[in-house]
Amino acid sequence: MFEGVPLHWFLITGTIMFFVGIYGFLVRKNLITLLMSLELVLNSVNINFVAINKILYPGHLEGMFFSVFIIAVAAAEASVAIAIIINIYRRLVNIDVEKVNEMKY
Amino acid sequence: MLIMRHELLLVAITVILLIVEIFLPNTQKRKIILPAILLMAAVTIIGFLPGESGELFGGMYQSTQLSMLMKNILNIGVLIIFIQSVDWLKQDQNKEKVSEFFLLILSTLIGMNYMISAGDFLMFYLGLELATIPIAALAAYERYKEKSAEAGVKLIFISALSSGILLYGLSMIYGTTGTMYFSDIAPLMNGAPLQVLAFIFFFSGMAFKISLVPFHLWTADVYEGAPVNVTSYLSVISKGAAVFIFTIILYTVFAKIALLWSQVLYVIIILTITLGNLFAMRQQNLKRFLAFSSIAQAGFILLGIIGQSQTGMTTVIYFVLVYIFSNLGAFGVIGIISNRTGKEKISDYDGLYRTNPKLSLVMMLALFSLAGIPPLAGFFGKFFLFTAAAKQGYYILVLIAILNTIISLYYYLLVIKAMFLNTSDQPIGQFKSDGYSRLGLLLCVAGIVVVGFTSIIYEMIFNLSFGLF
Repeated sequence: MFEGVPLHWFLITGTIMFFVGIYGFLVRKNLITLLMSLELVLNSVNINFVAINKILYPGHLEGMFFSVFIIAVAAAEASVAIAIIINIYRRLVNIDVEKVNEMKY
Repeated sequence: MLIMRHELLLVAITVILLIVEIFLPNTQKRKIILPAILLMAAVTIIGFLPGESGELFGGMYQSTQLSMLMKNILNIGVLIIFIQSVDWLKQDQNKEKVSEFFLLILSTLIGMNYMISAGDFLMFYLGLELATIPIAALAAYERYKEKSAEAGVKLIFISALSSGILLYGLSMIYGTTGTMYFSDIAPLMNGAPLQVLAFIFFFSGMAFKISLVPFHLWTADVYEGAPVNVTSYLSVISKGAAVFIFTIILYTVFAKIALLWSQVLYVIIILTITLGNLFAMRQQNLKRFLAFSSIAQAGFILLGIIGQSQTGMTTVIYFVLVYIFSNLGAFGVIGIISNRTGKEKISDYDGLYRTNPKLSLVMMLALFSLAGIPPLAGFFGKFFLFTAAAKQGYYILVLIAILNTIISLYYYLLVIKAMFLNTSDQPIGQFKSDGYSRLGLLLCVAGIVVVGFTSIIYEMIFNLSFGLF
């Protein structure tokens, strides 16, 4: 499907996604949006792994396997995070990061 | 004996406890405490039996004498934490979720064991995640407290972000070498720009986990919000395991670019020790205070790593062992007092010696050991770390570290002064702690004293860490 697309296009896409994710993590205020930014970061890693595996090292499947594991672990992480966010919502009726600041300094 | 016995035993007791937990009625969950502690003690003792080194899954899992020793050290720490937390788990608010505490801690311990034994970055990543995700659930254990939920959410987001950064570095390593096995990557490390970048990403990810400055900002908040026993677990076991695997990866995978990472470590060590100490001085809450002190201690541990040698590896393991006993002693006392009175501020400890002399003596020993006062184990831990760094010629670094030890002595003594010299109108009342807490504190004190006075432990670790080089 992507025959002939050079590797650096994938890597550039991955890098842009990674930094969009980091930027979103730093500036967004809603906890769910933070989770979405984290997914962007993890998926940029997946793009890197799969593209590198397909184009540079087509003989093995290590990169593909790694990305499958990353997807699975990200799901586990998201489920725990959402459970805690729901708990916070029950306490504060709010999921704004600026409100979750009882402890500082 | 089996090669994977540490992990298999832990999985076995986790499953046993899970099955027992299902059949206990909701009002009787406390009955799981004693079997859990006994099973953990059995696993700890079986772990010390001599085992053989070997590889499994085509080298993804590597068991060496050294990794077995690391797992044993972690097992001892977890056993002490189990014993210390009984007092807290018996409170009414926790009566329905006692077993979750044990199950979550055991599953993180399994993750740490796999992480330490990893021979491949995939195994390392899976172990790392298994070791961090359940801790977030544990930090949010006290559902009825806002602080606890806040600690949980901060921990899970920071750990997910740091894994993302770490993985990005791993993808670059994969791009330059085409493999994920430690032994195959090591010869292909040639200091190419992409590999340097990969190392920086990897280092940042790990620095979040070990809470080094400037990646430390989550530490104090999470330590303050989480329940005391979870905090002690976070600051001791989880940090210890991360330091172990970090050392192993630096010494094996990144051995060829040692010049680069020792420069990075040089700057990070100075920042971590100095800022950790300076911030610790202005803390009022004891848990936050110990959080910053543990940041500074992590800086001292790196001092052993930078002296890249057999001595360096030995001192790191030895220091973590000492640190487990000293920190658990301090957290044990804080936990008992926090459970009985809810007080966690340093000023609340005024005049503690008059009402609870034994507790304040244990606290004094633990803090002296953390500060590094000569006869106790902490002194030898720090002394060996400094020696390891000085042998490699890092004299200025060692000098800065020694100056920081003096600063740290000041704030540790502040707590001791509050307990022994200050008087208070409303001191913490006199109370009798239960048998479990006493046993936990006794183990810590024994560890602090015995590890300090017996050189055989250091020599044993030194001989075991020979295989790595």
